[in-house]
Amino acid sequence: MDQRKPPAVELVRLAKQFEGSVAVREVSLSIAQGEFFSLLGPSGCGKTTTLRMIAGFEVPTSGEVRLLGQDVLHVPPNRRNINIVFQNYALFPHLSVFDNVAFSLQVKRVPAQDIRRRVAEALSMVRLPGTERRKPGQLSGGQQQRVALARALINRPAVLLLDEPLGALDQKLRKEMQLELKGLQREVGITFIYVTHDQEEALTMSDRIAVMNLGRALQVDDPRSLYDRPSTRFVADFIGTTNFLSGRLRSREGGLATVEVEGVGDVLAPLPSDLSPGRTLTLAIRPERMRLGRISGDGPANQVPGTVAEIVFVGDDTQYFVRLANGERVMVREQNDAPPAEGNRIQVGQSVPVEWAPASTTILLD
Amino acid sequence: MPSLRRPGLLGLYYAVLLVLLYVPIGVLFLFSVNDATVFGFPLHGLTAHWYRDMLRNAELLESLGSSALVAVGSSLTATALGTLAAIALLRFKFGGKPGFLAVALMPLLVPFLILGVALLILFAALDVPRSLWTVGAAHTVVSMPYTLLIVMARLVGFDDHLEEAAQDLGASYFYTLRRVVLPLIAPAMLAAWLVAFTISFDEFVLASFLIGRSPTLPVFLFGQLRFANRFPQVLALAMLVMLVSLSLVVLAERLQRLGTGASLRPPEPAAENGS
Repeated sequence: MDQRKPPAVELVRLAKQFEGSVAVREVSLSIAQGEFFSLLGPSGCGKTTTLRMIAGFEVPTSGEVRLLGQDVLHVPPNRRNINIVFQNYALFPHLSVFDNVAFSLQVKRVPAQDIRRRVAEALSMVRLPGTERRKPGQLSGGQQQRVALARALINRPAVLLLDEPLGALDQKLRKEMQLELKGLQREVGITFIYVTHDQEEALTMSDRIAVMNLGRALQVDDPRSLYDRPSTRFVADFIGTTNFLSGRLRSREGGLATVEVEGVGDVLAPLPSDLSPGRTLTLAIRPERMRLGRISGDGPANQVPGTVAEIVFVGDDTQYFVRLANGERVMVREQNDAPPAEGNRIQVGQSVPVEWAPASTTILLD
Repeated sequence: MPSLRRPGLLGLYYAVLLVLLYVPIGVLFLFSVNDATVFGFPLHGLTAHWYRDMLRNAELLESLGSSALVAVGSSLTATALGTLAAIALLRFKFGGKPGFLAVALMPLLVPFLILGVALLILFAALDVPRSLWTVGAAHTVVSMPYTLLIVMARLVGFDDHLEEAAQDLGASYFYTLRRVVLPLIAPAMLAAWLVAFTISFDEFVLASFLIGRSPTLPVFLFGQLRFANRFPQVLALAMLVMLVSLSLVVLAERLQRLGTGASLRPPEPAAENGS
């Protein structure tokens, strides 16, 4: 992050209450210029309300919104240098694609020939040239999406807000648009703040992600760190798939903790902070970090006995659901990177050890 | 679905409806071209002279003009007020909305007879002389609930993110109103205006209480019932009015389709060129 530039958007203890219910609880975030930032969370977590407060459509109950270092709390939406792409695009159905894209320039009374040139540029940027005279109703969902993007970007805002813009598209088009949006953002260099409930979408596109739940920003990190080092059980569960084991800290040695999991045995894990023995905690391990049978390589390994309860073949990998001695089920995901070996295929009901490296274990304290 | 298999009762109902609706109108037409002042069969031969007389009847034409004036004035006012009230009710935050709506819709429930007497007393108390103005005011009051409801229905139906989008793109409230809201509710406003116009044009009770020296058409027609020899002219006029309102309805229908046609057309699935 460049220290000389003020952050594109800064939220300071931002909160919003609607009659009786709290939508956003004291969220503080700093989003750098040029960053692709996502607000990720289940529906009702406050992500859209946060976005609408940045845009100026909702007035915060308390806290501050700063845009490029300036407090914009009393600036109406039409005077903030921010544009938004709505979930349903909100294209003006009675205006042509040209008039939709040109809208903000027409408001500012930009000369007609400049408008024509810039609309053509904006439409070719979203790869929809020559559609000026169509009406939004004559375009497909993906094309409407592009028009909405062109309309929001034509003014080169400091920040572009996107409220689940890919929600209405089918799976394949979504994947394409994700990469395209990311490319577009890199090309124009504008700060994108992206709201989504789709963790895969957020991981694919974002520089950083804020995971939100119940009005709070639980963890703000880059995708890799969020995935590898979730700070709470909610984050670990929401991003990807995670196996949880509850245990009690038995002893510690250097940076490594020995955690006793009842009915299963002792498990080694890196210790995140100073904890006193006896404390209860949760261990999180990703399914693809676990193996059935011995892991290759040296060093200490965690090994617990289990019984295969179910095997699910999903093409590129196979998911083994293994019941541990304490009755809990864990998922082990193995990549199908080699043709199945004859004879030693794992069967349902078979007893197998589940193994994983201590470094693949995350200790959660909630 | 038994009602589909046994169309008997429904068919009968429909036949009765058609007879009650169109036979009187047909009879009206017959006598408007019948060469006699007495209404009875057999008919006495075809004539157009009732239509000719009607067009020469200055009093009659004057009342037609009065009605048109009152209808145009009151319907435009009612549409403007109804639209403003609808926007206020659905797009602004203020206290007492249920009360406001109840008061605005009250004229639907108050019998015209009572409203007429009440307005008569009010205007007399305020020393306002009875005239086309007083009739127009009364018509504005009774047609506003209709314009309000019609425009409200349209506003409920459209995405309020559109207004936010316009604001987000830098538009002031009035710019948004002019370029986004009004064009989108224009078909509803036109429909509202037509309804208000029709209500005013054939309204008799309020007009008969509040009219000054120059009567509106319904009041004039009622007066003419006393003179048997002028009656066929009245019929001729009735036919003419029918023709005009019929073409207005057809026109309105066409306009409304023109207004919404473009946005309701289904997207072209083949036109996708994603990547």
